[in-house]
Amino acid sequence: MGISSRRSKIGNGFTVFLLVILGMMMAFPFYYTLIQSIKPSEELFQFPPRLYVIRPTGEHYTELFQLMSNMWVPFSRYLFNTLFISIVGTLLHVLLAGMAAYPLAKHKFPGKDALFALILLGLMFVGQVTFLPTFIIIAKLNLLNTYWAYLLPSIGASLGLFLMKQFIEQLPNALLEAARIDGENEWGIYYKIVLPNIKPAALTVFIFQFVNIWNGLSKELVYDEQLKVVKVALEQISSSNLYARMGSGMAGSVLLMLPPIIIFILTQKNVVTTMTYAGIKE
Amino acid sequence: MLKKNGFGIIRYFKRYKTSWLMMLPYLIFFFVFTVLPVVLSVILSFTDYDMVQKPIFIGFENYFQVFLNDEFFVVALKNTLIFSVILGPASYVICFLIAWMINELKPLARSLVTALFYIPTIVGAAGWGVWRLIFSSDQYGLINGFLMKLGFVSEPIGWLTDEAYIMTVLIIVQLWMSMGISFLTFIAGFQNVDPTLYEAGMMDGVKNRFQELWYITAPSMANQMIFGAVMQIVNCFAVGEVSAILAGLPSTGYAGETIVTHIMDYGNLRFEFGYACAMGVILVAMMQFFRKITTWLIAKIGH
Repeated sequence: MGISSRRSKIGNGFTVFLLVILGMMMAFPFYYTLIQSIKPSEELFQFPPRLYVIRPTGEHYTELFQLMSNMWVPFSRYLFNTLFISIVGTLLHVLLAGMAAYPLAKHKFPGKDALFALILLGLMFVGQVTFLPTFIIIAKLNLLNTYWAYLLPSIGASLGLFLMKQFIEQLPNALLEAARIDGENEWGIYYKIVLPNIKPAALTVFIFQFVNIWNGLSKELVYDEQLKVVKVALEQISSSNLYARMGSGMAGSVLLMLPPIIIFILTQKNVVTTMTYAGIKE
Repeated sequence: MLKKNGFGIIRYFKRYKTSWLMMLPYLIFFFVFTVLPVVLSVILSFTDYDMVQKPIFIGFENYFQVFLNDEFFVVALKNTLIFSVILGPASYVICFLIAWMINELKPLARSLVTALFYIPTIVGAAGWGVWRLIFSSDQYGLINGFLMKLGFVSEPIGWLTDEAYIMTVLIIVQLWMSMGISFLTFIAGFQNVDPTLYEAGMMDGVKNRFQELWYITAPSMANQMIFGAVMQIVNCFAVGEVSAILAGLPSTGYAGETIVTHIMDYGNLRFEFGYACAMGVILVAMMQFFRKITTWLIAKIGH
């Protein structure tokens, strides 16, 4: 017997009603972004602003691409920078954090609990809080204005390691023992047994990390136009003149939103599976 | 045991070589880019430092200045506490309740709603532009347009420029984009509660869904709730970029100042790194303090 069959009909109706209202509130900014990006200019400056579009147009997207191709640095360069940093940074993090998560989850060694406590503490030391000392460290390492300035700080984040460690912990020990009896060493066990079995966690960490890097690339660390990323370039376009560029700014927002949204929708099931194991015990 | 001879540490690493070798590459990055920044903050917070000259040790001077001589730190602290003590728990409870409501929907509807509530968190900076249009300070702004059309106001309101409204707008935007990861944790937590507990609860006299939530569901997902809380605390205390982008840095009359924007102000604009680091240390200490309290509270509910 399902739980829901015992529920009152009124309660269920109310739940659905509330969810629809809240859902509409959550979705509205996306709707408005999209609408504003396909309104022709004369509709953008109508009073009062309309919530729908009468004559949809792609002109702002064309304008955006024109603006971008007229920039001193070709847009493809920004795109390459962004993708390169996001993908390489994410892969390195998943690979290294996954390798560290295995001994933390399954090996026994003195000092393990203290190390894990430190990593838990590290969950709070996020980039938004430690950006200043990170800037100083990057500067002292002579890495300002290089790809590394974007890349390196994200690799040592705590969250990915934490999620993978929790996930590996629930893998059955028998699986690992069997491999050990077959003569595999720990590295072999990691690559042949652990890695294939932590796909949901690795994908989850991949999306969290990708989104973090995609959104978090700071403009303080890199000032060379050649090395800047799409987010910073678009900010420069739209902040130069909010009104003249309102349409193309919104078109840029739509384009910038798409990759994280697509990746999340594709990996959602894995994310939920992973979060099942994400509890912190006290 | 390890200290029996002088080579204790060497013996230790010999014995656990594989474990440490596997962790080493990650740990290097972890220590340099996650731990070291905090350690460095603590050290520099006792100095006067501008990155050009060598740091000069000045004891607790920065901390005295922060608490006694910086009127805008008080504003920043107040706003940060509004985000963390009022908005944070509110958003946490809303996340929890929504996750609970979604739990009983059909899988397709459930993933649709999950995406809807989670996606604002991941679009990040790309989502802020539209809020600038919604709360724009002239008649083309969505809110102003409607208020004026309906005759509630005759002049457009400076939502992002008027001291009286900045925080309200920031709270709305922050709420919209902060459901994120703790929400996902709850979704997963609810799906994982052992169904037999509900049957047992019914026998024990659990009458309605609220009692069920309080006596059965919440205690059995206490660990997830702690993780959600930690994530929420991080989110709330780290509010800053949204204020800088929407209201400007500094915002009108420092009305939207948070500790993070105050650090940006002193670090990125005035190059008073020692002072900015002292504020960073205070921020991290506050986060840790709230984490302890919250964890303790949730653990209590769990038993």
